[in-house]
Amino acid sequence: MSDVKDRIAASSKPEEPPTPPAMGLVGWLRWTWRQLTSMKTALVLLFLLALGAVPGSLVPQTPIDPIKVSDFLAAHKTLGPIYDKLGLFDVYKSAWFSAIYLLLFISLIGCVVPRLSVYAKGLRARPPKPPRNLNRLPGYERFEVDGGDGVLEAATRELRKRRFRVQAYDGAVGAERGYLREAGNLLFHFSLILALVGVAWGSLFGYRGSVLVVVGNGFSNTVAQYDDFTPGRAFSGDDDLPPFSLTVKDFQVKFQEDGPQKGAAREFKAQLAYQETPDAPEKSYELQVNHPLKLDGSSVYLLGHGYAPRVTVKDGQGNVAFSGPAPFLPQDSNFSSFGVIKAPDARPMTLGFEGFFLPTAVIGPDGPVSVFPDDLNPELVMTGYYGRPQPETGKPESVYQLDKTKLTQFQQNGDKWRFQLAPGQTVPLPDKAGSITFDGYSRWVKLQVSHTPGTDLALAGILLAILGLMGSLFVHPRRTWVRVRDEDGRTVVEVAGLDRGPERGLGDEIHAITKSLRPAGPSKEEQP
Amino acid sequence: MSPETYAQVSNLLIPTATVIYVLALISHAMEWALGRTAVAKAAVEQEADAEVLVGSAASPAEVGAASVSTGSGSGAAGPSTSGAEGVASERLDAASRIGLLLTWLAFVLHLGGVVTRGLAAGRVPWGNMYEFSITASLAVAIVYLIFVQKYKLQWLGLGVTFVISAVLGLASLALYTPAGPLVPALHSYWLVIHVSAAAISGGAFTVGGLVSVLYLVKARAERKVLEGGSMSASLRRLPTAEAMDGTAYKVLAFAFPLWTFGVLVAGPIWAEHAWGRYWGWDPKEVWSLVTWVVYAAYLHARATAGWRGRRAATIAIVGWFVFIFNFVGVNLLVSGLHSYAGV
Ligand code: HEM
Repeated sequence: MSDVKDRIAASSKPEEPPTPPAMGLVGWLRWTWRQLTSMKTALVLLFLLALGAVPGSLVPQTPIDPIKVSDFLAAHKTLGPIYDKLGLFDVYKSAWFSAIYLLLFISLIGCVVPRLSVYAKGLRARPPKPPRNLNRLPGYERFEVDGGDGVLEAATRELRKRRFRVQAYDGAVGAERGYLREAGNLLFHFSLILALVGVAWGSLFGYRGSVLVVVGNGFSNTVAQYDDFTPGRAFSGDDDLPPFSLTVKDFQVKFQEDGPQKGAAREFKAQLAYQETPDAPEKSYELQVNHPLKLDGSSVYLLGHGYAPRVTVKDGQGNVAFSGPAPFLPQDSNFSSFGVIKAPDARPMTLGFEGFFLPTAVIGPDGPVSVFPDDLNPELVMTGYYGRPQPETGKPESVYQLDKTKLTQFQQNGDKWRFQLAPGQTVPLPDKAGSITFDGYSRWVKLQVSHTPGTDLALAGILLAILGLMGSLFVHPRRTWVRVRDEDGRTVVEVAGLDRGPERGLGDEIHAITKSLRPAGPSKEEQP
Repeated sequence: MSPETYAQVSNLLIPTATVIYVLALISHAMEWALGRTAVAKAAVEQEADAEVLVGSAASPAEVGAASVSTGSGSGAAGPSTSGAEGVASERLDAASRIGLLLTWLAFVLHLGGVVTRGLAAGRVPWGNMYEFSITASLAVAIVYLIFVQKYKLQWLGLGVTFVISAVLGLASLALYTPAGPLVPALHSYWLVIHVSAAAISGGAFTVGGLVSVLYLVKARAERKVLEGGSMSASLRRLPTAEAMDGTAYKVLAFAFPLWTFGVLVAGPIWAEHAWGRYWGWDPKEVWSLVTWVVYAAYLHARATAGWRGRRAATIAIVGWFVFIFNFVGVNLLVSGLHSYAGV
């Protein structure tokens, strides 16, 4: 913004000579401004925008998939850091991408605002006088008549019928049509600004968070309860969150059971009980994909689902060290789900387990795998670790990963210990370290809560822009002139026109106008 | 009829339509080949009456312009050669008409194939790449057949039938997926609106891209004529470069608002319903936006001195490639939320 101020300051200097030297500050600024708001610059910036958007679709993006980004960084030791410097892992928030669209935005405003006043003047202007040589125009026809009385009146009538604005001149009429084209064009560009403001509004004041809720459990809308939360830049905290809470009562999913798309999800629904505020009455809602729950400007979406095995771990002293559901994350379309179970309070040694929950387990050549996403033959296939009790560090840890740096894997008969359990089964841990019981399993759903203000503004902007676009693209601005003059004692009527739009070509309109003016019967017709 | 029967009918109609498109393609190819030999027969100098050669061009204005750019339809041509060209021209016209007729026939079968596919699956026929291919190529046919009358587009027959038969052939051979219902994220009437807008504007992008390619060819030939070279009869049968430029603009001006609606209104509304955000920089979204921006640049280019004509046509072709990459490349190479069930 500082250069705008500079510009105002600079241009208000009274002692500036009327024609500034080639490159004074004002001259330079004016030159820059003219360059920035020129059509060529708009073109170049549009290309840059298109080009700049591409890498974001080819390189993994932190806001979309942070895990892929760290994989990429691990795999590309030299390229990774360079990409990182260039902002290629978060293209759409990078400085250079922002620069492109901000410049385009400024150029857009600087381009269309002055055109508004030009257009306002143009609206009041009368259709212009005919140029001297009508026959140089793209559309031109002429014919001779015996005395030109009434031709111009007829021409005026015909042109009005064709919705031209008509102005009489001496021996001629000028006509113009299609003023709405420029109006449409301006509406388009202004509405684009409107839409962009709406989008910016949403990204400043909105928020989005997601949380995984095991069926039977609840969630209340505070930042701390989210697994993952992305506030807009101007979002201020819990005060901005509507105070609703909900409980996931039930979840149903149906999968295709046969045919080539076997295993594809066909339907999923979650039964919710929710309260809009802590004192509001409880209501229920059936949450489905494409049918979000709307609450006070925020919307709750059903994004995904999975399994959470319920497990009880007893330690070497016979005490329960862990009990409850642990959400496992699906790894493939058959919901082979990976997860961990941590029992840091187990004694004398802490315990940890990692492995797979297989909803429909079969033994494949490489060991047990799941062959169907529904729970036809659920099994838990895991391995276990033990270690010295560690002091609480307070550092946040992922619930989906086991930090194995201070743990040792159980061995049995000189091999890594693995176990495979069906629901209800228990297996003792090696070395009398305790036992683990697979009690059963629940399902979990992944919910997303989001609030995006300004959406209506953005939508209205785009719809208006389309309206303007249609006016701009489908209205044909045209000028037409009819002139009657004497040429070597004969009366010649000339009809000429020009298309001011980008389509080129007048179609047969000039011909049709000429035909309507020509007296009936045989006439001496001439084409250029 | 049961879904299975519909599926069978569809699986019969689509390959049949493909074969007939190929026949139309052959007919148009012969039209071009005849044009070449016609030139060899007729003496190179003869610029036969422009009115005959550009007989299929649209308006008097365009014909007038044609006569200017092909070096005036003066009476220089001898009667004999003019006759030879006349016969050739008739044969060319016949080939062109047969091509168009076959295209209509193929289109009817193609339409039937797409509709029965939809009936077989019990939903709109664009839930995976096979279906999107047969539907998108149908959109190309629709746009071509709409504009073929209005803008006298017969001369585009070769390009259009080539593209459609290539897409259909590829769909049947490489992308075929048996009919089945949709994954839940695809259940929404916004999907219907979003995809049909995208398919129809994609059809128009394709037609506009083909016109632009021919524009470049014709504009080059016209420049050669100005330098004293000659032009083959098949090229002379095309409208003037200027008229083709206008046609490309009209087709793309039809496509642009529709694409704007499809990807910047219907798409985001659907995304908002399905994923809880209206725009998430998903690869498919990015490339749709890039396509949009490129065509906005095209419209700007046409209004900018020094960018009209050749450069604008190049941008239109780039836009078409970007569109195709979005449909093919992004689906196959880049993973994102938009990847279809079972490709
Ligand atoms: C966000 C960036 C922009 C987009 C997406 C955009 C898009 C478009 C589109 C689609 C058209 C053709 C439709 C119509 O004629 O109304 C157009 C025309 C036009 N744009 Fe833009 N524009 C942008 C920025 C600008 C800027 C910065 C300028 C000023 C330099 C500008 C000046 C014009 C002019 C003068 C026309 C009329 C061209 C004609 O007469 O055909 N636009 N724009």
